[in-house]
Amino acid sequence: MGAVVALDTLFNGGQVWKGRPAPPTVSPQPTGHAALDAALPTGGWPEAALTEILLAGQGVGELQLVWPALARLSAAGERIVLVAPPYVPYPQAWQNAGVDLRQLSIIQASERDALWAAEQCLRSGSCGAVLCWPHKADDRALRRLQVAAETGSTLAFAYRSINEAINPSPAALRIAIDARPAQLRVLKCRGGLARSAPIAFPMGH
Amino acid sequence: MRWVCILFPQLALDAVLRQRADPDEPLALLTGPAQRRVLQAVNASARALGLRPGQSMTAAQALSKGFFTAEYDAAEIEHWQQFLAAWAYRFSSQVSVHYPRAVVFEIESSLGLFGDWPQLEARLRAELGELGFRHRIVAAPNPVAARILANAYDGLVVPDDQALQHHLGQLPVDRVGLEASVATALSRMGLRTLSQVQALPRQSLARRFESQVLKHLDALFGTRRLALAFYLPPDRFDVRIELNFDVQSHQALLFPLRRLTGDLSAFLCGRDSGVQRFDLHLEHAGLPDSVIKVGLLSAERDPAMLFELARGRLEQVQVEAPVRGFRLRAEDLPAFVPQYQELFDDRPQQSLPWEQLRERLRARLGDDAVHGLRFQADHRPECAWQASADSQRCADMPGVQRPGWLLTEPQAVHEGSTRILMGPERIESGWWDGDDVRRDYYLVETRSGQQGWAYRAVGEDGPLWLQGWFA
Repeated sequence: MGAVVALDTLFNGGQVWKGRPAPPTVSPQPTGHAALDAALPTGGWPEAALTEILLAGQGVGELQLVWPALARLSAAGERIVLVAPPYVPYPQAWQNAGVDLRQLSIIQASERDALWAAEQCLRSGSCGAVLCWPHKADDRALRRLQVAAETGSTLAFAYRSINEAINPSPAALRIAIDARPAQLRVLKCRGGLARSAPIAFPMGH
Repeated sequence: MRWVCILFPQLALDAVLRQRADPDEPLALLTGPAQRRVLQAVNASARALGLRPGQSMTAAQALSKGFFTAEYDAAEIEHWQQFLAAWAYRFSSQVSVHYPRAVVFEIESSLGLFGDWPQLEARLRAELGELGFRHRIVAAPNPVAARILANAYDGLVVPDDQALQHHLGQLPVDRVGLEASVATALSRMGLRTLSQVQALPRQSLARRFESQVLKHLDALFGTRRLALAFYLPPDRFDVRIELNFDVQSHQALLFPLRRLTGDLSAFLCGRDSGVQRFDLHLEHAGLPDSVIKVGLLSAERDPAMLFELARGRLEQVQVEAPVRGFRLRAEDLPAFVPQYQELFDDRPQQSLPWEQLRERLRARLGDDAVHGLRFQADHRPECAWQASADSQRCADMPGVQRPGWLLTEPQAVHEGSTRILMGPERIESGWWDGDDVRRDYYLVETRSGQQGWAYRAVGEDGPLWLQGWFA
């Protein structure tokens, strides 16, 4: 080990591999919120993956977060499926947000069947986005949803309680919505470091 | 080569065998009175056990115990011949069941659609193999010749009359469809093949035999046309499978179900129609049938899809008694409209179209589980929406604030826990249908920062009622 080797010769000889940061792919599904897009490594919703949205209660802007993406998908003729939504979607509000109601389908199902239905919808690949509200989904159930979203290359959104934030999750992106102050926190995002600083998310009316 | 004859040499056996999971089981069909049961037909594996047609049942049981028996049922054979005619109807409009255990149909006018004869023949064989029927196929210039040549050949194609003369001339006289007495008389005259018979002067044949013989020979060589009654497909499908044992679990019903839905699909393809509603009857001993209704949103005929949907309904049903028979009835057969698909689809990986996905979800979750959202032109929030099969656009109302979520039942809000951000907006409507509302709506915010939509009836001083969330 006495020989001194110049670094350049090693690199030029191809004996040492230099890791390069891969350029992040740009997601074709921007969220429609400029500040959030800037914070996400792909600049939008992770494509063909599960996104978890964690919230403390209803009425904190959880629909406004996804409406721009849903509006764009429905305008492109993709189907939007709500699996066992907690309340009735008010047609005028969704319409005003730009969602084409003709592309909107609602599936009524019990807690157990809802996960199955969501997985079927994701796996089929015939839906543009699938929104579900799993209450007691464990790690395995979420992983199934994540795999199904990859198989069907569909956007999947799972709304869960903020209490789940401490548990690990296989979702590609986890976003918590705080009502007071109104802000978004990116808890986890695949393909980059989660930004610790919260993003202001004012509710628009 | 205008006519095709498909002969089913063991139609009765195949009809029973195709209802069993293993088609190579030894099987014997029985006939005769209860005192003296006689084997009418046996399949190849039963023949290997030493069983022969014409044996008595006691002799057969002395030889072997390991074979199954079923009743030889003439009505059943007739039924399956009709079914095969319905299947052949998709290839030709002129299908005849004139000959027993055979289907004869005109094919030349259909070759433009189905491609050359070798291609079509391969398709016929593949489909019959899938349906579980052994067969012999012969194509000839006229129907009688096709039927007679199917006695001796399989896969023969006779292109023109000259070749027909050649092939028919080689046939022995006892295999050309003449009556046994006539065939014996001819062979005693030293005439072995049909060409020798044909070489005889017509007058002497006419003098020696009945007129039927010359008529048959003329029809055979195509100089005389045979008038055939053509098959007309029925307007309904009704097939029954009898199970030989008491079935306790739905697992054991899946094989017969696959057969029934496959048959239904073959029948529908022949009629060029689809099915929108069909019934599955589970028959019990001494109890009325359990009926499972299967309804679809659009007419379908894909066998895999029909099977999966019927299976989804079947698996959820609980019956109080074991099942002895299984029956599929379809009365309503609307026209089938093939789905429009783009050649260059945006999603090439799309494995399941939405329509099929929707049927699958409905099969498991219930008929009303999947719906769209319809906008009703009404200012009252509880009347503004309606679940419906087809959604429609509603008029934009820019500038009007409506919550994304609507509660089905309004909830009372505690006075101290919320503060009013905006309002009131008065909604006053419905005096014409007896459900009059006069309400002032407010945008409220709870202490934890949730924004909701709450109202108070005009003139009342009670609590606010929360009716939606600005999510």
